[in-house]
Amino acid sequence: MSKRFAVAARERFAIRGIAELNAGAWRSLGVAVIIAAAAGLPFASSNYHVFQLTMVMIYAIALLGLNILTGYNGQISLGHGGFFAAGAYTAAILMHRYGVPYWATLPPAALICFVLGLVFGLPALRFEGPYLALVTLAMAVATPQMLKYFDTWTGGQQGITLVKPLPPAGLGIDRDRWLYFLTLATLLLAIRVAANMLHGRSGRALVAIRDHPIAAAAMGINTARYKTLAFGTSTLFTGVAGALSAMVIGFVAPESFSLFLSISFLVGSAVGGIATISGAIVGGFFIEFVPNFANDISDAAPWAIYGLAMLLFMYAMPRGVVGSLAPLLNRLLRYAAFEKTAKNSGGRLP
Amino acid sequence: MHELLQQTFSGLATGAIYASLALALAMIYRATDLVNFAQGEMAMFSTYIAWTLVNAGLPFWGAFLITLAASFVGGLAIERIIIRPIENAPILAAVVVTIGLLLIFNAVAGWIYTYTLQEFPSPFPDRPVLGALMTTRDLGVIAVTLIMLVLLFVFFRFTATGLAMRAAAQNPQSARLCGIHVNRMLAIGWGLAAAIGATAGIMVAPILFLDPNMMDGVLLYAFTGALLGGIGSPVGAVVGGLIVGVTENLVGTYLIPSQLKLTVALMLIVLVLVFKPNGLFGAAIVRRV
Repeated sequence: MSKRFAVAARERFAIRGIAELNAGAWRSLGVAVIIAAAAGLPFASSNYHVFQLTMVMIYAIALLGLNILTGYNGQISLGHGGFFAAGAYTAAILMHRYGVPYWATLPPAALICFVLGLVFGLPALRFEGPYLALVTLAMAVATPQMLKYFDTWTGGQQGITLVKPLPPAGLGIDRDRWLYFLTLATLLLAIRVAANMLHGRSGRALVAIRDHPIAAAAMGINTARYKTLAFGTSTLFTGVAGALSAMVIGFVAPESFSLFLSISFLVGSAVGGIATISGAIVGGFFIEFVPNFANDISDAAPWAIYGLAMLLFMYAMPRGVVGSLAPLLNRLLRYAAFEKTAKNSGGRLP
Repeated sequence: MHELLQQTFSGLATGAIYASLALALAMIYRATDLVNFAQGEMAMFSTYIAWTLVNAGLPFWGAFLITLAASFVGGLAIERIIIRPIENAPILAAVVVTIGLLLIFNAVAGWIYTYTLQEFPSPFPDRPVLGALMTTRDLGVIAVTLIMLVLLFVFFRFTATGLAMRAAAQNPQSARLCGIHVNRMLAIGWGLAAAIGATAGIMVAPILFLDPNMMDGVLLYAFTGALLGGIGSPVGAVVGGLIVGVTENLVGTYLIPSQLKLTVALMLIVLVLVFKPNGLFGAAIVRRV
């Protein structure tokens, strides 16, 4: 009896091994197809659609930052709109006042937002759960005011109008499509960096701190360092996204960075899946397109739909679209691979 | 000197409004360990109910009482339908749900009443008193807050329901063993908080004018007050609210231009959390590992 069981188990694991491999191959293929589609799409879309898709990717980068902090590390931020604004204004001020070329504004925006995040993350070590949410909410509410007040730098209420950057000569594409590819490249890089960080040692440390801070500290994880670094990395991502948005929209003004933006990020995160990487892209689509459709119904409709989405997702799908569907998809892939191997081995099921 | 006193007193009046909303926040935090981000918008919505009733020709105080009753029922319903399912969920779920509620109330108010500013009648005449240090309106606001406080104190101190509510907040398990309906007490807590918030909304509406975004700033100051007093402490909430009201007025007059009002609130919140995270009256949180 036990021998038969052992043999069955061995066969089962062998087959699962192949199945995993196949699932992995399927996934790589899927990613390759998506990237190829993303690269081809701007040549088949109107200018406006290219702009919208670029915004989707920008939001995805910002949401990736929020997911690292709130999803993986459990520090709730309602103020990422503020860091998005910091990135956008860094790029805008450098381009407008100092004539810095657009591509050279991304590193300073990243650096400034990283440092801002560290500075904010240090006191945040003392704020737990709802308190951090409160502080960041206050920041989100105060951001437009601060932007208006320091008007020698920010242009005050009028904001700053920018010239959309020119593509490198000889490439033969227009400005919108060039920015699309720049954003796509940044998004891919951001996903790569986030995946490396989250799927390794530091990712496990972040999750451990989220799930049980005391146990994490007892296991020798330097919670203060990881939490502060998570904050810095998170705001770096969001700041870069902000800088890109300044170039793509060609305009920054205080009212674009209201509380609504910060809440949009939270909604996008919750819809896509707050502790996922690819959920950020789903969230990006949600916050770019849903308010557009909703605006046709009424001025108040985007807020109502956001609110309802937040309630519905928290009750029915707390892991978000990707967080709920990805395990399902993985099982399907495994099942398909498993069936195939089972058929090859003569229809014998272990 | 006269101006300083004047600013202090008018700060007390706005502080009383912050104190009411902070009190509502503290009630909910005490009972359910939740920070209710929707408290301000709930108050705003209640104020619209009062506005509709007054416009329909009801006398002010009649409309006021009906609004309080309606808000109580509304708060009860929100606890039962929306908050109960996430009672034991992680903090993030609670934050997301209350923010969702905030958006829904804001949107529904905008949908029904539009985003235009509406004038809201004040029940108190606007005359200077005490050698022009205060107006009767300020005095009225402070009086309403004090009356509410006394009523709440009497309710919690001398009634059976009040005692049961305190027990349910302090130790739900033991309270349940004593035969107290803990869930019902939590729902009543939400109802009371909604009614207290409604008072704050109705008191602030004549000053700020009524619109769906009226409570954004007020909520921020109320949060600051509640934190300063030690979130979860009702007395602390009131004292904290008053201090924040006066500070806001004085800092706004003498130190920092009023365009940066909300930034002052942000700085206050950070200062309190960094230097006195348990607030003035809050107990230090001791956690068992």
